[in-house]
Amino acid sequence: MTEERKSFIAWLQAAPMMLIFVLFFLLPLVFVIIVSAWDYNEYEMIPAFSLRGYSDTFEGCIADLPDLCTILKTYLKTLKLCLLTWSLTLLIGFTVAYFLAFHVRSKTWQIVLTLLCTIPFWTSNVIRMIAWIPLLGRNGLVNRGLEGAGLIKQPLEWLLFSEFSVVLALVHLFTFFMVVPIFNSMIRIDKRLIEAAYDAGATGFQTLVNVIIPLAKPGIVIGSIFVVTIVMGDFVTIGVMGGQQIASAGKIIEARLNALQFPAAAANAVILLGITILIISSLTRIVDIRKEL
Amino acid sequence: MTDRLKTNKSINRRVLLKGAAGAAGLAVGSGAITGFPYVQSAEPKVLRYLGTAVNEGDDISKKCLEDTGIKIEYITATTDDVTKRVITQPNSFDVLDTEYFSLKKLVPSGNIFALDSKKIKEFDNITPVFTKGQLPNGKKIGAQGTAPWKVLYLEGENSKKFSATPTEFVTLIPTVYNADTLGIRPDLIKRPIASWSELLNPEFKGKAAILNIPSIGIMDAAMVVEATGQHKYEDKGNMTRAEIDLTMKIMTEAKKAGQFRAFWKDFNESVNLMASGETVIQSMWSPAVTKVRSMGIACTFQPLKEGYRSWASGFCVSKAVSGPKLDWAYEFVNWYLSGWAGAYLNRQGYYSAVLSTAKANMSPDEWGYWMEGKPAVGDIKAPDGTTLEKAGAVRDGGSYDDRMGAVACWNAVMDENDYMVRKWNEFIAA
Repeated sequence: MTEERKSFIAWLQAAPMMLIFVLFFLLPLVFVIIVSAWDYNEYEMIPAFSLRGYSDTFEGCIADLPDLCTILKTYLKTLKLCLLTWSLTLLIGFTVAYFLAFHVRSKTWQIVLTLLCTIPFWTSNVIRMIAWIPLLGRNGLVNRGLEGAGLIKQPLEWLLFSEFSVVLALVHLFTFFMVVPIFNSMIRIDKRLIEAAYDAGATGFQTLVNVIIPLAKPGIVIGSIFVVTIVMGDFVTIGVMGGQQIASAGKIIEARLNALQFPAAAANAVILLGITILIISSLTRIVDIRKEL
Repeated sequence: MTDRLKTNKSINRRVLLKGAAGAAGLAVGSGAITGFPYVQSAEPKVLRYLGTAVNEGDDISKKCLEDTGIKIEYITATTDDVTKRVITQPNSFDVLDTEYFSLKKLVPSGNIFALDSKKIKEFDNITPVFTKGQLPNGKKIGAQGTAPWKVLYLEGENSKKFSATPTEFVTLIPTVYNADTLGIRPDLIKRPIASWSELLNPEFKGKAAILNIPSIGIMDAAMVVEATGQHKYEDKGNMTRAEIDLTMKIMTEAKKAGQFRAFWKDFNESVNLMASGETVIQSMWSPAVTKVRSMGIACTFQPLKEGYRSWASGFCVSKAVSGPKLDWAYEFVNWYLSGWAGAYLNRQGYYSAVLSTAKANMSPDEWGYWMEGKPAVGDIKAPDGTTLEKAGAVRDGGSYDDRMGAVACWNAVMDENDYMVRKWNEFIAA
């Protein structure tokens, strides 16, 4: 009886969040899935069952073999950018978090330095768009500097509007999403464990690999989920920094929306969602976040 | 006890609400009193004006309020978002300012209301570019794409069919239009440019750009393909699937060879690309060229022998508008065509729909520079007073007749739009 009562109260406590979740997340998602299986014409959606949105998306995937079709090419490119961004943000984020958690002793400095990490968020896309050209452009500071130092004769074209600049901007923006959860995990590590490892004769590297990394895993996974989901759906940064010449899954959805082809856009959104869920679920397969928290 | 508390609370709330309403009323009242004397009617005349930033100048709304007492509330969106909004939220605006090519989507949706040409005072004076597809001097102009005269009239008040012959039901009352071409950096190219084919000239490898709005970008691409002599289109604004494939194939090859530095989507992006020297030749819009030039950087809106790609926009109202609001809408449109706004637009390098009224509001020197292709006698100033051109300058492309007379095609929505968007995505992914 008391057990039942307890669980009832627990449900009640979770209810407000659940309601918001259902109303503003699940319901719209259901609509998107329904619409993705509708037909459409130039100006309206037709509520008749049609998988045109999906079949159009995968157009040429078999016929064009061995060449890759648009959607596969796009996803491969998006995955590549995602992987590069993820590994770089992880490396930098982990290092920064490690420094903050173990080398900065005072709480005040930890807070100040964490706030410093938020600086990339002070700039909007417009600012970035304008600011990167004078820095990385053909006549930008970097090229001028390198030419002045006699290192190059021709300006480097790949600095801007390339995969390099896209990854640079994404890393610049999203490293913070790695820093915070990893820092959060690290700060909870019992310092005595590290002392114990040290006393037992472990080197710094051994302590890192055998003690700190396993204990920081939940933070790493949560940070990875943030970065992966954001990069998979991003089309603004990829668009601006890639000179609109690099395809992304989000860009395809945007192009379809702008052409008023809502069902096709919805179909693409469902595909993107499916792939992102696959990635996330395999990440959580590696680490059971719930158990670790 | 609890009950009484509750009633107390509700009374308090009611009193509070009343107070708030009173205060709000007071605020509205005082606003009306300090405003202009004619705003004494029960309802202030307010029109929500949905459009792109192109014609939504604060000066226009200020002058309109002064002249007519109609307060214009701008709702600014990109061309694509304007269309989306009309389709999905027709109640969220009163007056719509949009381009003719989007009519193929808007009219079948039934969300817009055609205006009655009899209630438009200057309708008969609207330039024949719109009504007959010819210049005032009688010269026929290019009709490829969604040319305005093909979609200007509806068969009946609530019809969803375009009429080939004039009726009194006008889809969009024309306001502003222009002829677009390539923008170039003459200081970096250092030789004359005369053809659209130069966009794919390997000489400009890594220094060219086109715009990434599929329906407009593909027409610029078609101008290039035709200029290189690889294909002659029946109608660049309404390609067959084979023609779309061919156009995109040529563009894809150029992209793979590294011809393009970037694609742009936004006015500011195009200005930045050009001003920073990232690109030296690209599709561009007239005010963007002006902006680059006002930064002290040489930029030419280059007339080309194959002609211009033109666009035009105009006014209609939402289906949800009726009663006095509809009268105000007519009043506003009539005011817009009465000259002041037309002169304002002409001074920005656009063209106004009623030339005679705009001319009356411009100085002879301004008219000579902007419309007749004559060298400026004095400095040419923008509406905000900044100097655009020094005395002696001549407008790129020359006179109205030279520029509009050389229009080859109009912005369009193709029958194969769906296929085209897919192919465009493929092009971006290549």
